[in-house]
Parts: sequence; C-alpha cells; structure tokens
Amino acid sequence: MRAPTLRGSKASWLIQALFIAAVVFLVWLVVDFTRSNLQAQGVTFGFGFLNRSTGWSVNYSLIPYSTTDPYWKVLVIGLMNTLWLGAISLTFATLLGVLVAIARTVTNRVFNFIGLMFVETFRNIPILLQVFFWFAVFTNLPNPRNAISYGDMVFLSARGIFVPGLNVTLGMAFWALAAVLAGAGVLIWIYNARRFKRIEPKARTRLALGVLAVTVIAALILLYLGRKPDTDLISIPARRGLNFSGGIQIGPEVSTMITAITIYGAAYISEIVRAGLISVGKGQIEAATALGLSPWQIFTRIRMALAFRMILPSLTNQYIWLIKATTLGIAVGFSDFFMVVAVSITQSGHTIELIGILMAGFLAINYTLAQVFNRINRAIALPGARAGS
Amino acid sequence: MTTIVEQAFGRRFINRLRDRPLASLLNVAISLAGIALIAWIAWGLFSWGVVNAVWTSDTGAEACRGATGACWAVIEARWRVILFGLYPYDEQWRSVLGGIAIVIVSILSCLPVFWTARRLAGLWLVGFAIFYGLMRGGVFGLSVVPEASWGGLSLTIFIFVATVLLGMPMAIMLALLRRSSMPVISSAAALVIDSVRSLPLLSILFTAAVIVPFLVPQGMSGDKLYRVIAGCAIFFAAYQAEVIRSGMQAVGRGQEEAATALGLSYRHHVGYILMPQAFRYALPPTISQIVIAFKETSLVVIVGFFELMASANAAYGTGEWRFAYVEVYVFVAILYFVFIFSLSRYGAYLERNMRVGKI
Repeated sequence: MRAPTLRGSKASWLIQALFIAAVVFLVWLVVDFTRSNLQAQGVTFGFGFLNRSTGWSVNYSLIPYSTTDPYWKVLVIGLMNTLWLGAISLTFATLLGVLVAIARTVTNRVFNFIGLMFVETFRNIPILLQVFFWFAVFTNLPNPRNAISYGDMVFLSARGIFVPGLNVTLGMAFWALAAVLAGAGVLIWIYNARRFKRIEPKARTRLALGVLAVTVIAALILLYLGRKPDTDLISIPARRGLNFSGGIQIGPEVSTMITAITIYGAAYISEIVRAGLISVGKGQIEAATALGLSPWQIFTRIRMALAFRMILPSLTNQYIWLIKATTLGIAVGFSDFFMVVAVSITQSGHTIELIGILMAGFLAINYTLAQVFNRINRAIALPGARAGS
Repeated sequence: MTTIVEQAFGRRFINRLRDRPLASLLNVAISLAGIALIAWIAWGLFSWGVVNAVWTSDTGAEACRGATGACWAVIEARWRVILFGLYPYDEQWRSVLGGIAIVIVSILSCLPVFWTARRLAGLWLVGFAIFYGLMRGGVFGLSVVPEASWGGLSLTIFIFVATVLLGMPMAIMLALLRRSSMPVISSAAALVIDSVRSLPLLSILFTAAVIVPFLVPQGMSGDKLYRVIAGCAIFFAAYQAEVIRSGMQAVGRGQEEAATALGLSYRHHVGYILMPQAFRYALPPTISQIVIAFKETSLVVIVGFFELMASANAAYGTGEWRFAYVEVYVFVAILYFVFIFSLSRYGAYLERNMRVGKI
C-alpha cells in the first residue's frame, strides 16, 4: 500500500533508520550469543575445517570418494547428487506430466478419467509418504538370488535394480551426459534464438551439424577416458553368489527418490500443462484444421507451441519446488546436498558455516534455474507481449 | 445391410463413422483398451483389498500367513500407534479430545458469524487453551505429557492449524511491508520473502530444531515443537505473502484513490478496503497454499516428531508386522487424502460463494 504522505518525509527516514538500527542490533546480539555458545563447546568460527578429512563415508557418489577425503569434496558430491537426481527425475516427471495432461485433454472420456484419477491420487498424498512407500517397496523386493528378471538383462532385487551399462566410471559418464545436455542446449538455442535467425538457413544447418559433431566427439572422448581398463565396453549384470556383478546398480535410495519425485511432480506438471493446452483458443485449432494440417501437426505446431508460452512461468516454479524436494532423500538415506550438510554439521560442529553453504548452494541452483527459464521465456515471448504474461 | 445398421445405431452414428471411419474405429479401440486397463486395476485392487484380505488379528501377525490379499489386521492391531504415536497409552483419550477441539474450532471459524478479528482471536485462544491443557496436562489433576511425547493425528492437525494461524498474519505483514514506499523496508521484506522461498522447508526445519539453540542464550530457545511450528509458519508466510500481494495488485487503483478521497486512514483503508478484496481475489491460490501446508506438516518427522507419518513407520517397523508396510501406508494415505480432499472441496465451495462482486 502506498502512503504518499510518508514518502520522502522526515518521519519515513526516521522509521527506516530505526529499522536498520534494530536489525543491526539484533544481528549483533545473535552473533554475540552464538560466539559464547560455540566457545562453550570449543568450536571456533571459520572455514578451515573444509580441508579436514571427514572420516565418514557417503552411500552414493558419482566421483570416487574415500573417508580420508576433505569436507569440501563431500559437499561437492552432495551438490552433484542433488543435481543428478534433479535432472533425471525432472525429465521423467515432465514426460509423464505431459502424457497425463494429454490424456486429460483428448476427446476420450476413458482417458480423461484415467488422467483425473492419477492426478487426484498423487497430488493429495504428501510426497514424504510416497517416498517412504516406494522405499518400502524397493527394499522389500526379493533378495538377489530370487531377483525378478527381465530377459536376463534387467534384475529387480532388494539390493537395487541392475541394468546393463557401459564399463565407464560414473564420474566420466556424468561429464559425458553433461556434454550431451550442453550440446542439446546449444542446438535448441541455435534453432530458436533471434540472433541466429539472421544467418542463412544453410549456414545455420552447417553450424548445427558442427555443434552436433563436437558434442558427440566430446562425449565419446570422455567415455573413452573413463573406460575401465581390460573390460568389455558393455557390461551385463549376472548373478554371482549372493549379489550381482557387472552392469549398473541403481540402489533402492536412488530408485525411490526418482520414482517418488517423478510421480508426484508429474501430477503437478500435468495440471500446469493442461491449463496451457486449454488456454489455446478454439479458433486457432479450427484455423489449423481449415488449413489442412494433420492432427500431429496441429498438436506440435499449434497447440503445444502456443501452450508452451503459458506453461513456462509456472513450470519454472514447479521445477524449483521439485529440486527442493530432493532434500527428502535424507528420509531414505540418499546423500543429497542437504543430507551431506546435515551430517557434516553433526560431525564437525561447524553449524553456522555449513548452513551458510547450504543456503548459498540452493540459492545458486534456484537462481540459475530461474534465470535460464526466464531467458527462454523472454526468447519465446510474442513480440510486443508484456514480459511475464 | 446399411438400413439394418442404420436402424440399430441411428443415422448420426453412421455418418460419424463414414466421415472419419479410421479415426473413430481407433478411438473405440483405444477406449476399450482404457476401460480394460481401469477394470484390471480396479479388479486387482478389489481382490487384494477386499476379497482376499485378512481383517482380524486374533492370532497377531500369524493371521496373515499365506494370505494373498491385504493384511488389514495390522491396522486393527496397531491403530493406536498410528493415530497417537508416542502419547502414553492410558492418556490417549486426551489426545482425541484435543484433536476434536481443534477441529471444532476450525469449523466454527469458517462460519461468517466469527469473521471479525476479535471473535476469531477469542475463539482460537479458547481452542488452543483447551488443546494445550488436554495435551500437556498439569491442570485439573491431569498428568504432564511433555511435547516430545505428543504424536499422531492430533499433532499433525495442531502443527498444521498453528502454522496457518501464525503464518497468515505474518504473510499479511510481509506483503504490506513489501508494498511499502520506504525503500529500506520494502527491500528488507523482499529479501526475507525471496530467501525463504528459495530454501527447502527441510533446511528451515533443521535450522529451527538444531541451530536456533546455538543462536540464543542457553535455556531461552523454548521447546523444539514451537520452534519447528515457527519455522513452518515462516515458510508458509513467505509463499502466502506473494499470494496476498498479487491479490492486492488485483484491487483497482480507483479503490485506493476513493479511500484517500474519503479521508480514510491507512489502517482503515487496509482493513476495510484493501484486504477484504485482496483476499477474495487471492482465494484460489490461498487454498492451495493451505493444502500444501497440510501436506508439509509431514516433514517434521525428519527432525524427530512423531506425527502421523512417523507413527505409520513405527506401526509396521516393529518385528512381526514388517511385511505389512503397504497396508499401513495405504491406510495413512487414505487419512491424508480424506483431509486434503475435504480441504480443497471446501476451498472450491468458498471460491464459488466468495467471488468478488458476489457479496
């Protein structure tokens, strides 16, 4: 509420000065109390502990890690795990969400009903309950000896899900995937950004092919570098004694988090997408039909394309929310960023510093995500349309 | 041939088939597949949950040995753990009455009769006094049950209601401060809102439960339960502040100018003109924020509270019932579903009846 009488007046400046003084005083008080509390515990403030070795292990890591590694490394691992989990489950959640949204908007009552049931069920149950549920399911699968198998390639057991994989270290696989994602991002940018619209189509195609080639070569080099010596390139899991050897083991914690975030996220994302699809005017569809476009063309070129503008802002919020939901990993022992910070706090006692790092980490992730999506949003906005609308 | 089919199905059906024969045949096939899927799921659930289910637990977990369906016996055996958590067994009636008191007060405060600040405040003071007296004891000869032993459904409802009641005034404050014309104050409010919104609730709960005792003098941090509720409330307030602010922006400028022209003070303008309209505009997102707040009470289990979720884990986690996790989770999921679904239905009712211009 604007109060014109106060603007720039002496009273206003006095109030603001008092406010600042009160905040400074409060912060000083808290700092003082904290210092004396920490002194009583024999802990001093400082970031020196980041170079100390942790002495404890994490159960899921994309890069090699041992108990002698320093604290900063374990924090990096946590951050990587959060991003990794976020990337996978957000992708799945979006795909499933779009499918459900389509099921809810097609002219077929049966499919509308299936979509409705999906959304109403999974939106109205807390995600933590879903996490616990899936964890109970994944840890109650049969033991490796009696594992459920699909064509002797994929095995479901209480030790985790085993799938065929490349004989490449997990860290390098991560970077290879990052390279592919970056390449895909650049390709999308080239085909959509206005700055490349000025280039001739032929030159643009050549540029895109170049980017594609560089991406593929980079990914292959990364995979080759990360290749484990003296092994076949593709490894297929096989029963060996009480466990499996070879292949990729997806532990119950990871499967739980991916399943829970995917399903819960899809229920929300589908509502956002559905709102976008509904918002596309009937006239647009009729015009497209009159022009003789095929149903697929109408869907991809008209409905989805127009709906996308409506969807993107809410989708950004939902993505940020889902990234934050990865912190529920602590409930099942997945070492995401939050869990690593929480364990570090109890182990090292450097509470304030670590909470600062946690906040900085999440601010950085969310801010980056919001910036990227805002850029896309601005890029696809109709010329002359109000920003954010 | 055609005429028989025409007589059987009518001209319109035939015309539709004739216009898009392949598409409609495909549509029928897809529909049948969909119906088959629904029937398969429904039959599976029915035979698991009803036909083959074991309902009574006369012989403990042994009753479910060899059963192919659900073992609802676990609910019969463990329902007191699920609903009351750690609360002392003989005192659980107090937890029931306390929970009922809160629910009654919640329902009463939905009646327009109570919609003045003074009446609402009085109602809730009485409600909380009854709840606290019953749950904690120490008055009228009731034995003391410390907050750490509260649990189950009553605790979930208490945390939820307290979060919303505490968070709503904070949200209104933050929204007003953010709209303030004083740059220092509005940017401070924006900083608070934006930083809380970018953090996971778990980290705020963790801070409230574990870190706050470091920041204040020894013995001044209060019980963990109230710190955690304050954390939930701040989180709710940061989101709700933006919802209210968008509602305020929807109120036309003419309203403000008219209020100024009438010589209303800032307090009266906000209280009688701005807020009532802003709230009506912001009703749908407010309802969804409240629903989200209810779901998020479940997170307090991570910082060691024994609310509904934690008691569910405890109910099947002990030895003999370990196999019956699906039944326990389904039961708790149904409890949550009923609460959340009724909340959002009530919200939809409010939306229909409180649209701007309707009252």
